[in-house]
Amino acid sequence: MAIECLVLGAGQQVGKSCVVVSMNGKRIMFDCGMDMAYHDHRRHPDFSRISEYGDFDKALTCIVITHFHLDHIGALPYFTEVCGYRGPIYMTALAPSMLEDYRKVMVERRGEEEQFTSEHIVECMKKVIAVDVKQTVQVDKDLMIRAYYAGHVLGAAMFYTKVGDSAIVYTGDYNMTPDRHLGAAQIDRLQLDLLITESTYATTIRDSKYGREAEFLKAVHKCVLGGGKVLIPTFALGRAQELCILLEDYWERMNLKIPIYFSSGLTMQANMYYKMLISWTSQKVKETYSTRNAFDFKHVLNFDRSMISAPGPCVLFATPGWISGGFSLEVFKQWAPSEMNLITLPGYCAAGTIGHKLMSGKPSKIDLDKDTQLDVRCQIHQLSFSPHTDAKGIMDLVKFLSPKHVILVHGEKPKMATLKGRIYSELGIRCDDPANNETVCIPSTHHVEVGASNTFIRSSLNPNFNFSKMSSEDESDSRLKDGKFMPWLQVKDERAAEGILVEEKGKRAKIVHLDEFLLMLGEKKHDIRFAYCFPINTDNLEDTKSTDVSSSSNALSVSGRSSWLPMLYIKLSDELSGGNIQYFGEQIQVESFSVSLCLKDRCPYRIVDSPPNKCEAVFFCCAWSIADEKLAWKIISILENRNYGTL
Amino acid sequence: MQTCLSKGGGFHFPPCHVLNVCGFRILFDCPLDLSALTIFSPVPTGYRAVVDEKDSDCQPYSTLDSDCVTWKRQKIGKPLDANDLICAVPWYKIVKYLHLWNVSFIDVVLISSPMGMLGLPFLTRIKGFSAKIYATEVTARLGQLMMEDLVSMHMEFRQFYGPEGSTFPRWMEEEELDLRPSALREVVLGKDGAELGGWMPLYSAADVKHCLQKVQTLRYAEEVCYNGKLVIKAFSSGLEIGTCNWSINGPKRDIAFISSSIFVPAHAMSFDYHALQGKDIVLYSDLSSLDTMEGIEDGYSFLTTDSFSTLSWEESAQSLLNTSEHLEEREKLYYLCSCAADSLKASGSVLIPINRLGTFIQLLEQISASLESSSLKVPIYVISSVAEELLAYTNVIPEWLCKERQEKLFSGEPLFAHVELIKDNKLHVFPTVHSPKLLINWQEPCIVFCPHWCLRLGPVVHLLHRWSGDPNSLLVLESGHDAQLALLPFQPMEMKVLQCSFLSGIKLPKILPLLNVLQPKITLLPEDLRQKVRFTNVNPFSVFHYSENKTLIIPSLKDSSELEIATDLAFQFQWRNLKHENMNITRLKGELHVAHGKHWLHSGNKPSKSNSSKSRPLLHWGTPDLETLLSILSKMGINASVEQGVGVEGSKKACIVHVHDPKKALIEIGDTGTVISAVDENLASLIFEAMDSILDGI
Repeated sequence: MAIECLVLGAGQQVGKSCVVVSMNGKRIMFDCGMDMAYHDHRRHPDFSRISEYGDFDKALTCIVITHFHLDHIGALPYFTEVCGYRGPIYMTALAPSMLEDYRKVMVERRGEEEQFTSEHIVECMKKVIAVDVKQTVQVDKDLMIRAYYAGHVLGAAMFYTKVGDSAIVYTGDYNMTPDRHLGAAQIDRLQLDLLITESTYATTIRDSKYGREAEFLKAVHKCVLGGGKVLIPTFALGRAQELCILLEDYWERMNLKIPIYFSSGLTMQANMYYKMLISWTSQKVKETYSTRNAFDFKHVLNFDRSMISAPGPCVLFATPGWISGGFSLEVFKQWAPSEMNLITLPGYCAAGTIGHKLMSGKPSKIDLDKDTQLDVRCQIHQLSFSPHTDAKGIMDLVKFLSPKHVILVHGEKPKMATLKGRIYSELGIRCDDPANNETVCIPSTHHVEVGASNTFIRSSLNPNFNFSKMSSEDESDSRLKDGKFMPWLQVKDERAAEGILVEEKGKRAKIVHLDEFLLMLGEKKHDIRFAYCFPINTDNLEDTKSTDVSSSSNALSVSGRSSWLPMLYIKLSDELSGGNIQYFGEQIQVESFSVSLCLKDRCPYRIVDSPPNKCEAVFFCCAWSIADEKLAWKIISILENRNYGTL
Repeated sequence: MQTCLSKGGGFHFPPCHVLNVCGFRILFDCPLDLSALTIFSPVPTGYRAVVDEKDSDCQPYSTLDSDCVTWKRQKIGKPLDANDLICAVPWYKIVKYLHLWNVSFIDVVLISSPMGMLGLPFLTRIKGFSAKIYATEVTARLGQLMMEDLVSMHMEFRQFYGPEGSTFPRWMEEEELDLRPSALREVVLGKDGAELGGWMPLYSAADVKHCLQKVQTLRYAEEVCYNGKLVIKAFSSGLEIGTCNWSINGPKRDIAFISSSIFVPAHAMSFDYHALQGKDIVLYSDLSSLDTMEGIEDGYSFLTTDSFSTLSWEESAQSLLNTSEHLEEREKLYYLCSCAADSLKASGSVLIPINRLGTFIQLLEQISASLESSSLKVPIYVISSVAEELLAYTNVIPEWLCKERQEKLFSGEPLFAHVELIKDNKLHVFPTVHSPKLLINWQEPCIVFCPHWCLRLGPVVHLLHRWSGDPNSLLVLESGHDAQLALLPFQPMEMKVLQCSFLSGIKLPKILPLLNVLQPKITLLPEDLRQKVRFTNVNPFSVFHYSENKTLIIPSLKDSSELEIATDLAFQFQWRNLKHENMNITRLKGELHVAHGKHWLHSGNKPSKSNSSKSRPLLHWGTPDLETLLSILSKMGINASVEQGVGVEGSKKACIVHVHDPKKALIEIGDTGTVISAVDENLASLIFEAMDSILDGI
């Protein structure tokens, strides 16, 4: 069976993330995002590809949402409330709270017809099952999911999903380096068939964030010193807190007294979440919660509408982030005309928003609507610290997990192609970057489940030491292998599990140890062995004696039958490479093959016709079992001195 | 194998077990018996200390002159009074039989609750202790706070009595103990005298720190794998924030360990019993129903499975979740609040030395609400060295709380009311009674929450000395402990004392429905429940009863382990059909791995030689039939003749088959084996094939 991976969104683009994975009969949707660049049906994933007739409950086992950004969760209320999906939805505890924040933005955007209502969102969120980091959730008997910390934003998770023997990881967005309030992504070394990873920065290697943070602080400081006002439009969660920690720190260090305001109750509320969800933050933040919760902003005050036109410098956080309406727009209108003031912009703004207009060049006039035009004279600072991982981080993760296959999503096409090539060439892992609505099929892992007897398990886990000596020839070059000194005697643990798999009708297949097997059958072993008795011409042996062992053969030269066996041993040791030859005095043993002097006059195994001159022949008797058939005949041919050429 | 080391006693002293799973020794919990502290005299304070000294006939360890001895002898039979208590730096009592075990043989320690952790530093400081310790994140943190608090409260004793000698304390010597009243002696020695070895001088702050470094923390339902073989998971038990039950999956058995659990708690995450379903073994270690038994025994009829055997699974599950006990607990709190209000109205103070976090937090909320409604303006003080951190901590762990509290998070409210109370200056938190801030702030009447429930340690001692003479003041105690003994040093007590029991586990009537839902194959129940929970013969699981310090052998359920074979290896199988039986067999060879509680067989790195060519059977059985052999040989073009009955080397009944054509060979067939001897390799292998075809082999 294969794992089928249908990419409904974020295929070769950054936008609505949505991947549907089918494995072993289960079908899981990862993320259900919205594309903010579109206003028509294209902003939602093409759900009809999941089920033609809209029977999504049958078509999907569950939905898994990685984090609360709109491009990962935005289409969920539409899918559950309008399309009618009623199955389980899993996400981390924090994700639900953000949707409402975004919905307001959507409604406030001009010309936007409302696709789903507040009630829809509330209803949708009731269906959500919260998942904690590292919690292992058994969705049903076969499907297991587990969240890992992703570090991209508070509550962002990567999801490990396992069905039967097949397992995949879907990363969502993640960050491999810790930042001020979030930790780095963390995952176990898992056995994976497939890794689906984001690739926003597929080719970028990022430098340290601290430089850009310093730039931001410098800009803000300069502005307030000059008596200007700083507007920081943000969404309620994530960036606002990150920037606020930065400013708090800076204010403390520089002993600044200029007020920092949070515009709406929502932002204060979001700070509350942050305070309570310490477990999602970085180690540093966690350690200090009781003495001083890093999100307890000392300098931060609540902002009142009447203060917009109050004199004097200040810093204001206001929602929404793209200045698409709401309070941030209201303030923007008032503050933009003054050169003293500063507006910071987030890294991304949806097309059509004022934020987007400000980002593209530096316009001096902005059309608020058909009739109103606004002079923009204030300074603009674009924030560029991003919580996505860079190329090195992606490669590190892929290398660490070493999946059998990688699929790239959530990136730009040419960059993804580059990264894809790197993953294949550097790591040797097959990699795909499907476009939207394409399906990738990859093979999945299966195991056969059987029972195993205790004896089998025990014997398989016992060490099986294999001693081998370095032969003298390769001593010179191979004893210093890899800069390490190789000892004369090498010991290897070559444990192997050997047993017999028994399949009986109506019973589960079971592995037993060889020794148990006959007991199980109630049969007696019938041993088949080979035997061979052959003469060796003593002349031949004398040759060997005189040439090979002349130097050390004083003892052997006392000619007699007892000296033949040691001579054979020497000969074998010379000519049989690699074998484990043992000499026991009475016999020589190589694996199951044994040879000894045959003193009988009539040995039944003496099949070969004796040489004519009996007195000069010495007989040797060999025995072996079938396992060493080849080896045995090779040894015999060595000993019989017949086949020197082929050895 | 299972051994119950201690049945414990109540909420603060959970049971302790050792379980042998797959060759690993697992210790469940390592608590301290803090109720034993009551045999010590609290640190004398202020005025009273002076009086005591004046007419003290208990200059305890100065001399042992004969007068004193006889005097004390007389006292043995009499009721206890304050002078019988031991005036010394207290020692602490660990689990009864734990000191009899060699701790270096323990492989895993599973801590279910902060209370089950208090004795852990005693283990971790022993040389040779190397077990892996698991606890939930919250249990580890709360346990650490409790231990740190204990160490800091204990300091007061050390300051009073001076540094401890390294030797055995006087009060533990035999002559000394003989002079003590029998009730005290029993606490020290235990009924059988075996508990003397369980007394230890308290660990240090450094020991606690060292201990915590060895604890691996988990979240609920997080999987950890011990030694590749055991997959261990913690699931919420509902007793307190962060407390847990354990699921242990091994290659041969799956085990659920159930500690004291509460189905629908008011603050902590509820008892996740679904996760414990379908295990082979349930070790039921919730003994809370035993503690409350005496008082209400008449109220319960004996339970049998009869009434439940007809219950469907759903009905059983439903009966677990009824909320009556939840309401009962609420009513207790209401009653408590009204009693407190009465005292306050009479300008008496209220002293609540209750250390149960859940009860403490709920009482805080309730009392402050009832003060609000009755417009009583009375300060609430929390005095403890760790109170500030504890209160801050409870507010940053929403994922460990019950649904209702989590919903507060989503509506932006603080999880617990104490955040607002502190902000509004209604609740004051101080580390000790001597804090300068406390002295400035102090107002009476007031409500004070402070440790320790044993009334021997901490701020409670000072406040009891202060208020014990005031008939309008109220002391709230948890029942289940010997209040008489606890209050002994504060006699005469004018103060009102309210004893209150709180739900601390699964109630008796719920045990059977729970087991019905869990459907284990084997259940281990405490011996004491044998009479209370009766099973009919129809129950689908077998029940074993355990008792203290007796080892129970649990029968093995499977004679084989699970093993997973990699697909590529499975494809290499060459099946053989056995002649006589309905059986397919194949040889297999691979590398065995143990990971994640399972055995895995992979094909290994080196492809084995036999894979390339047809592998030949290496093992044969059966009796060869000569006729068949000859006919098969002749089909192969081998002519042979049989020479019967000539034994070679004296072996009987061996027969020899001579082959002359095409070449010379000999087959010697015996009872247990055959020897083939041929002039060359080909012939030998042909004959082998012939033999193989008439025998069964693999």
